Amino acid sequence: MAACSVEELLAKAEQEEAEKLKSISVEKELDLEFDVGNLLACDKNRIESRDFRERGKEDFLRSLARDNTQLLINEIWKLPTERNEEVLVAKLPEQTTRLPREKPPPKPRPPTRWEQFAKLKGIQKKKKTNLVWDETRVAKNEFNRLKNIARAMKIKTPGVGLLPKAQQSKDELLKAVSVAKTSTASVGRFQDSLPKEKPPKNSGKKRKFDPLIGDFSSEKQKQLELLQVMGNKTPKLDLTKAVNTQMREEDREEAAARRRKGRKMPGKGGKGKGGKAGGGKGGKGKGGKAGGGKRRGKPGKQ
Amino acid sequence: MRPLTEEETKTMFEKLSKYIGENIKLLVDRPDGTYCFRLHQDRVFYMSEKILKLATNFSRDKLISVGTCFGKFTKTKKFRLHITALDFLAPYAKFKVWVKPGAEQSFLYGNHVLKSGLGRITENTMQYQGVVVYSMADVPLGFGVAAKSTQECRRVDPMSIVVFHQADVGEFIRSEETLT
Repeated sequence: MAACSVEELLAKAEQEEAEKLKSISVEKELDLEFDVGNLLACDKNRIESRDFRERGKEDFLRSLARDNTQLLINEIWKLPTERNEEVLVAKLPEQTTRLPREKPPPKPRPPTRWEQFAKLKGIQKKKKTNLVWDETRVAKNEFNRLKNIARAMKIKTPGVGLLPKAQQSKDELLKAVSVAKTSTASVGRFQDSLPKEKPPKNSGKKRKFDPLIGDFSSEKQKQLELLQVMGNKTPKLDLTKAVNTQMREEDREEAAARRRKGRKMPGKGGKGKGGKAGGGKGGKGKGGKAGGGKRRGKPGKQ
Repeated sequence: MRPLTEEETKTMFEKLSKYIGENIKLLVDRPDGTYCFRLHQDRVFYMSEKILKLATNFSRDKLISVGTCFGKFTKTKKFRLHITALDFLAPYAKFKVWVKPGAEQSFLYGNHVLKSGLGRITENTMQYQGVVVYSMADVPLGFGVAAKSTQECRRVDPMSIVVFHQADVGEFIRSEETLT
């Protein structure tokens, strides 16, 4: 009894174990069609309606799905795998089943006004390149390349000098002169300069300023010296100034004379001159003024 | 900021001497401390040594003004005086013009001084001489250039220009954003 029960129990446990860990090999009448790229398997075997009815809908479908999934997983295991961060990863092949896109295709953009016009006129866009083969540029690039190498190796390179050109401008000619002059064995030290020759422009002399906070007393001294020089300038003969001085002097004389007369008039009535003029008091005054006016006019004319 | 070069100093002194003559010496050589001219963003600033040393703490793009702005160098390297220099021009001015109270406002709005507005003028003023303009109460209002000599002023008609306007204290309000 006990033995029997033990055998029974063992058999039962075995069966349960088998149920739990189902075999990885599944028998099918027809082989499944796989598209591993999409993780897709198609089972084309017939479904026995008797099984379906006997075992119950849910159970049957579940076991069928499990079997087919097992087959798919078997297929995946056949693929080359690699270990990536403690996880085995299979590389899926290209998918063979074409799936439809999720969203509808985009609508074509309505043509612009120009596109409409171009279509109407039959204008087609022509692509043209802006790149032109330039010999000078090539030479210059080569030169720069060599210069870069020289700089990297810390070798001193001479200046460019002048590149040949069909039409040289005035500046370039001036530069050519200075380059030619310094291209002697003595670097132009014994080279005579032409009459009226101008010194080369931008010959490397940089502007230099005094320090912001330097010697204040010497700065002051320099400014005072400058003022001294400015003050020493010989004054030019200023015609207007001379004329103005003259005019002012005459004005003053005239004013003084009038004052003198004005003081004397009420008392005596003009000694010599007044008498000779032979007029009355009023006349005398007017005559004097008129005379003054004439005199005043003269210096201006001169 | 940097000291002026010889050339710049000369240009500036020549302009200043039109207004204060040899009194520039009093600006350069001051008994109350060391004062100097410094160029910053084409502008000439007049400041004491102490202020200068304080100003060196600021980077040049952040520094707007230091001390008193005397004027600026134009692109053609001419020097132009600003109204801010008036405080130093007025006490040393050699030639002065006083405007009548009625003409004060017109001058402060940037107009030339007409003969009708002329109150007094320094004797012996030459034509095109730099002059400082005062109100009759001896308040400096600005500066300009004499359009007529003193002698001619007596003769011209009342509507003719006597002093050409150059700068006036009204600029402190009118061109507030450009003055430094």
